[in-house]
Amino acid sequence: MNYEAVIGLEIHAQLLTETKIFCGCSTRFGSEPNTQTCPVCIGMPGVLPVLNRRVVEFAIKTGLAMNCRISSYSRFARKNYFYPDLPKGYQISQYELPICEKGYIDITVDGTTRRVGITRIHMEEDAGKNIHEKDCSLVDLNRAGVPLLEIVTEPDIRSPQEASAFMKKLRAILRYLRVCDGNMEQGSLRCDANVSIRPEGSDELGTKTEIKNINSFRFVEKALDYEIKRQIRVIRDGGEIVQETRLWNSETGKTESMRSKEEAHDYRYFPEPDLVPLEIKREMVEEIKAALPELPDEKKARFVRDYKLPEYDAEILTEERSIAEWFEEAVRLGARPKEVSNWMLTEIMRYLNETGKEIEEIDLRPPQLVELLELIKGGTISRNIAKTILPEMISTGRPAEEIVREKGLVQISDTSELEALVDEILSKNQKEAQRYREGETKLLGFFVGQVMKATKGKANPKIVNEILRKKLS
Amino acid sequence: MELYNSGIIEALDLMDSGEVSPEELLDAVFQRINSVEDKVKAFVTVTKDRAYEMLDEAKGERGALRCIPLAIKDNICIRGIPTTCSSRILKNFIPPYESTVTKRLKEEGYLLVGKTNLDEFAMGSSTENSGFHTTRNPWATDRVPGGSSGGSTAAVAAGECLAALGSDTGGSIRQPAAFCGVVGLKPTYGRVSRFGLVAFASSLDQIGPITKNVADAALLLGIISGHDPSDSTSAPLHVKDYTALLSEGIRDIKVGIPKEYFIEGLDPEVESAVKDSIRHLGSLGCSVKEISLPHTGYAVATYYILATSEASSNLARYDGVKYGFRAESKDLLEMYRETRAQGFGAEVKRRIMLGTYALSAGYYEAFYRKAQQVRTLIKEDFDNAFREVDIIITPTTPTTAFRIGEKISDPLQMYLNDIFTISVNLAGLPAISIPCGFDSKGLPIGLQLIGRAFDEESILKVAHQYEQSTEWYKRRPPL
Ligand SMILES: [Zn+2]
Repeated sequence: MNYEAVIGLEIHAQLLTETKIFCGCSTRFGSEPNTQTCPVCIGMPGVLPVLNRRVVEFAIKTGLAMNCRISSYSRFARKNYFYPDLPKGYQISQYELPICEKGYIDITVDGTTRRVGITRIHMEEDAGKNIHEKDCSLVDLNRAGVPLLEIVTEPDIRSPQEASAFMKKLRAILRYLRVCDGNMEQGSLRCDANVSIRPEGSDELGTKTEIKNINSFRFVEKALDYEIKRQIRVIRDGGEIVQETRLWNSETGKTESMRSKEEAHDYRYFPEPDLVPLEIKREMVEEIKAALPELPDEKKARFVRDYKLPEYDAEILTEERSIAEWFEEAVRLGARPKEVSNWMLTEIMRYLNETGKEIEEIDLRPPQLVELLELIKGGTISRNIAKTILPEMISTGRPAEEIVREKGLVQISDTSELEALVDEILSKNQKEAQRYREGETKLLGFFVGQVMKATKGKANPKIVNEILRKKLS
Repeated sequence: MELYNSGIIEALDLMDSGEVSPEELLDAVFQRINSVEDKVKAFVTVTKDRAYEMLDEAKGERGALRCIPLAIKDNICIRGIPTTCSSRILKNFIPPYESTVTKRLKEEGYLLVGKTNLDEFAMGSSTENSGFHTTRNPWATDRVPGGSSGGSTAAVAAGECLAALGSDTGGSIRQPAAFCGVVGLKPTYGRVSRFGLVAFASSLDQIGPITKNVADAALLLGIISGHDPSDSTSAPLHVKDYTALLSEGIRDIKVGIPKEYFIEGLDPEVESAVKDSIRHLGSLGCSVKEISLPHTGYAVATYYILATSEASSNLARYDGVKYGFRAESKDLLEMYRETRAQGFGAEVKRRIMLGTYALSAGYYEAFYRKAQQVRTLIKEDFDNAFREVDIIITPTTPTTAFRIGEKISDPLQMYLNDIFTISVNLAGLPAISIPCGFDSKGLPIGLQLIGRAFDEESILKVAHQYEQSTEWYKRRPPL
């Protein structure tokens, strides 16, 4: 029997607000422990939460971008549990009346587009962090009260690849909206997954497990893949899936049982009496809607339509808003879209991936790339030379012309100079020339290579080809 | 009259006319504390040094409370002064922040005499649940002062301060005010900021004044009221000049008497004093009619589900991790268990358990949600009644002050003490208790006046004119 997976995701996204959700403390990352705290986020007696309006705006933005219905009336609730990093003994979250409901995100895997439902999006506060030392444990509450969005999907995802595509799309949207930096390794984007399997074609749901601690994009697919295979193995061996929470261990590449259903918490949710219900006016939603940026899907479609880019190029260029904007600026300056795309998808992206930098952090700006393309077009340098100098342009921001001049990289298009050089090479390689003339025409490449070597790549390849053909015929 | 027995407005007049200096007034209050506090035990902390420091700062200033010595219930945070909630778990807790109410009092120049005793975390009706000691009723020191603001009402009655602040979740200002023969006002929910009030039940708690007369209560209410950006549940409404409104006519005021409040268990002496008072109000020109609040019988049960549910969550923060008491322990679980087992008293534990149970999976619908629905019905009872009448009058308590130890072993009997005050909190309404007589044992009897939401003005002016046409408020306990 073949099995299919049923996957639902629960994502926590840390919001990029300046201050915490219920107090004025900074949300900056990496400060000395407990320096970004106040009586409110430490949970001292008698203090009260005051909702940060920006968090509501961010939640509405996100909800709209994910096609959700924005609730005109929503409430906060308390989620009660004891843990040292939870200073009040409860987390202020939302339960019965979340701010956003019933949305969706479309994902494309292997050319097939599927719609994944968003059950709900709600606002809540983050907890602090426990730090375990040799003989004691310490608590850092800098993160306590940092605003989070919890985004819950329908169990619409059918494969680890889809889950991964969903997370990428979600991250792209969050980053487009500038509401979350989407960094899974640093924990500003976290993903838990509910996984079950069922016989292909069945529409019943199997017993699910919850997978926590998937702390990198690389692991979304790996963790789910492992868990699905594990569940299939259990069923095939005649066993039963136990409803439980499992932790992904990236070192062993396995999921491990953490706690069973019986050990699950009873959070005793009830409406937060310290905050009044949140009433959201239609006008506020309309205002936010009007100010939404173009989102990845729309942008991609436009790139394909207006710039005649292949789907593949458009997809990659629109994953990041800043990359798409970079691309469009270069095109606006007169460069051919596909040409810009080619350079961006190869040399520039490679540099970004290798260094982990964002495109706005590098010194190469669109006008400089366009300048480089002009030099190729005008025949001043060859495409290969361009490839060799681009990394320097990226890392130093120096103009192409300057580098070309300084290194003497101007292309040799002088026919008489190249003819003399070709003559010299042919006389040095008479055997090969003979073989060519006897029909071994693939040796042309060998001669081109020799010319390039002698000119350090500066020879105009088109002219070299012409001369070689003439002289060898 | 002894200086310590004066109210706020009287004392302001004496100081303004130069008859008494602020020092003399403050000295008189501390002398009184010296001579009676051993018997009354109203305070958890007496802040004599702070009072004289504040005197130096306030002297010559023109605030509305210039150099008036007040006591503050010890569940209201004052920067740099221990705030214990009369609990061992907060015994050494000193807040690094100031409650909004005391900030407002300070801006008007008040002097802090001390922090008053309460039932631990305001849970109780007698101060017998204090983690430190039981306060005595100044009228009969073998009796309770009521609770939970019993320290504040006893201090006011005994002349250990000119007035005080208390907090009222189910009657905690009005019931002890009735037992101690003073005025106690619970404002409309949202009228006064709760910032800095240590939460018992957030949707019910409200801070209010405890005074020797109604005019003083009106004055204090005006000062502590008004929207506070630090408390989202505080109402962004204009605050009237209550003092100026006290003498307005009450002839067109319609008074409702709920038949459900004159029940079995109501002490006949209390009943007759209240009925006399109603007749007296009639003679002052108010029209009186019987009304019905049909869901009254469910109020106590509803209250004890909602208040304990909220309390179970509000008190979760006392875990030994960040501040307050921490028990020695070998691991985290033991630290939680021992800290809370040793730090909380029996009544607090009882309520945490009740509330935890009511919110638990499988019980939430039957208890918490049902109670919220009944709360709505109780609110609607009042809405309906207030279509016919302007204020509602009831006894504050079914009996006068009981003996220390008399009810401590029977929580249910203790809870029934709040039977007349609890509905008001559930409905979020303003209510005041004023002295309306004494029983044959010489113990004070309280009359409760309940108003429409945010209409403190009507109950204050009726209370004031009733008070001024009687002699009850002038009596002082024979300490
Ligand atoms: Zn803070």
